[in-house]
Amino acid sequence: MLEKTGVPTKEQVINEFPDESRINEGPVVVIECYKEIPCNPCTTACKFNAIHIGEDINKRPEVTEEKCIGCGVCLSKCPGLAIMLVDGSKSEKYVHMTIPYEFYPLPEEGNMVEGLDRKGELLEKVKVLKVMNPKSYDRTPLIKLEVSRKYMYDFRNIRLEED
Amino acid sequence: MRIEEHPILKFKRGKKIKFKFEGRTLEGYEGETVAAALHANGIMVLGESLEKHRPRGFYCAIGNCSSCLMEVDGIPNVKTCVTKLEEGMEVNKQNGKGELK
Amino acid sequence: MINTDIAIVGGGPAGLCAAISAAESGAKVTLIERDGELGGQLVKQTHMFFGSEKQYASTRGIDIIDILLEKLEKNKENVTIMKNTTVLGRYEDGVITAMEDENKYLKIKPEALVIGTGATEKFLGFPNNDLPGIYGAGAVQTLMNVYGVRPGDKVLMVGAGNIGLIVSYQLMQAGVKVEAIIDAAPKIGGYLVHASKIRRMGVPIYTSHTVKEAVGTDHLEKAIIWELDEKWQPIKGSEKEYDVDVMCVSVGLSPLNELLVMAGCEMQYVPELSGNVPLRNENYETTAENIFVAGDSCGVEEASSAMVEGYLAGLTAAAKISKIHPDYEKKKADYVKQLDDLRSGPVGKHIRAGIEKIVRR
Repeated sequence: MLEKTGVPTKEQVINEFPDESRINEGPVVVIECYKEIPCNPCTTACKFNAIHIGEDINKRPEVTEEKCIGCGVCLSKCPGLAIMLVDGSKSEKYVHMTIPYEFYPLPEEGNMVEGLDRKGELLEKVKVLKVMNPKSYDRTPLIKLEVSRKYMYDFRNIRLEED
Repeated sequence: MRIEEHPILKFKRGKKIKFKFEGRTLEGYEGETVAAALHANGIMVLGESLEKHRPRGFYCAIGNCSSCLMEVDGIPNVKTCVTKLEEGMEVNKQNGKGELK
Repeated sequence: MINTDIAIVGGGPAGLCAAISAAESGAKVTLIERDGELGGQLVKQTHMFFGSEKQYASTRGIDIIDILLEKLEKNKENVTIMKNTTVLGRYEDGVITAMEDENKYLKIKPEALVIGTGATEKFLGFPNNDLPGIYGAGAVQTLMNVYGVRPGDKVLMVGAGNIGLIVSYQLMQAGVKVEAIIDAAPKIGGYLVHASKIRRMGVPIYTSHTVKEAVGTDHLEKAIIWELDEKWQPIKGSEKEYDVDVMCVSVGLSPLNELLVMAGCEMQYVPELSGNVPLRNENYETTAENIFVAGDSCGVEEASSAMVEGYLAGLTAAAKISKIHPDYEKKKADYVKQLDDLRSGPVGKHIRAGIEKIVRR
C-alpha cells in the first residue's frame, strides 16, 4: 500500500514510535524510514550514538531510545526529511512535535497554523511553539508545534493559512 | 513569473537588460538564457513545427532536443535554451528551417 | 593540436571526480564542458543527497559542486578546464575535435579519454505531446533553480521515480501547485521518503495511470489521464481531467552515448541501465583501448554513484597511461566498496542486474 500511495498505514506509523512511557519522559525521535535505501547520515549526525545502521548502509536505522535526548540535529540532516521529534512530557492535553519545514515563509512563533496528516489533510489548528533555523541546519528549519495528544500518530506536516 | 523568495536558493541575478522579441521590447537579466528570459515574460511559444505549423516551446532546456530553435540577431537555428541573453538582442520566431547567410 | 594525458568530456559529477582522481595521480588533465559552468546536473539539485559521508550525504547537490571544485583547485597545475566547449567527435587516430564558444575549432590528442556526458530526458507519446508547456522534469528544474523563473501555475507530474518526486517537491518550494503525480507502473519507483514528503503536502500520487492526451491551442491548458489495468492497457471510462499549464515529463533518462559509438566502443542495449551503454571492464575501460566511461552515460543511476564511478575511472585511466597514484590499490578498493554499498540494497537490484550484462573480464 505504501508503495502505491506513499502513505504508511496507522500500524506502520505506530510501529516506528517509541512507547508512550518513553514519549512522556521527554523528547525522542521517530524515524519513518520504511524502505531500505543507501543512506546513513542520521548515524553520523547523532552525537549521542542513539542511531545505528552499521556496515551495510542500506539497512534501516535503529534507535536506542534511552540515548536519545531529543536534540533534533538528525532532523535537519536526514535527506528524506523522514525524522521528527515527539515530546509528551510537557502537558497532558498536548504533545510537542518537531518537524523539518523547508518552505517560505516560515511561520511565526505563537501563531496558529493548519496541522496536517500524512495525506496533507487537515487535522486541527496547531500552535507554533518554536522556529529553529540556525546556519548549522543548512536551510532545513525545524518547527515545534503543540499538537493534541489524540493526533500524535496522525500529525506530520503544517500549512500556513492563506492571507 | 520570477521567483523572488525561495527557501533554499538566493538568486544572484546579473544586470537588468532590454532585448527585443518580435519587435516588442522586453526585460531580462544578463547571464540568463534567451528561453528563460522569454518564459519569465510569459512567452512559451518559441516557434512552429515545420510542416503543420503547430506551436512549439522548449523541452529539455539544456541543449539536447532542439525544440527551442529561434532566430537570434539574424542567425537562424539558435538553441535559445543555452544561449545567453545580451543587451539589445533581437529574438524572432523562425519561419521554416531558416536560411544560412 | 593540443596534447594532453587525459581528456575528460563532461564537467558534471562524473567528469569532475574523474579529473580530481586523474590529476591527483599526476596526469595532465583537460576537462571539457559544453556549458559555461561546471557541475552538470548538480547545479539544480537543491535537495540533500543520500548515500554515506564519502558521497557527501546530507549536503545539497548545489553545494557539492563547490566541494569538488575546491579539490580540483588543489591540483590546478595538472588541470586545464575548457568551458563553453562542445566536443564534436572522436576519430580513429584518437583525435578529439571540439568547438569553443561557437567559433573556435580545436583538435585535442589525449593519451586516454574519460567520457562523462551524462544522459538526456526520455519522452512520452500521446496526442498533442508537442504543446508548449510540456517540459522535461530537468527542464523545469533548470528554469526554477538556475534562473529563478516559475515554469507555470499548475503542474501535472508524469513519473513517480526519484526525479519526478524530487522535482514535484521543488515545484512546491517555488510556489507552484502540483495537481497530481502519475506513474504508469503499479508502484512508486522513487524512494518512499520522497513520496511521503510530497503526499503530506496534499499532492496525490496515482500509480497505474498514464497520459491519455494533452489539450490546448497555443500551449497546454488541460491534461487528461487514465488508469491502466494489470496488462498496462488503458481502462475506458477512467479518464480524469486536470487544468494545468505545465506537464512535467519525468519518464526516465537515456545515456548520451554518441561519442562512445563514434569511437567504436562495443555497445549493448540494457533496459536496466536505461539504454545503449558500452561494454566495459571493472576499471570502467570500454572495449576501445584507453577509452573510459563514468556516470549516467554508462548506465543511468544516481549522482552519488556517478561521483564514485568518476573517481574510479579517473584513477584507472591515469594508471593505464602509467600515471599511477601512490595509493592506487587502496583507493581503487575503496571506490569499488563504495559502489557496492550504494548498490547492494533492494533499490540497487536492477542496476546490479544491468551491470552483470555489460562487465567483461
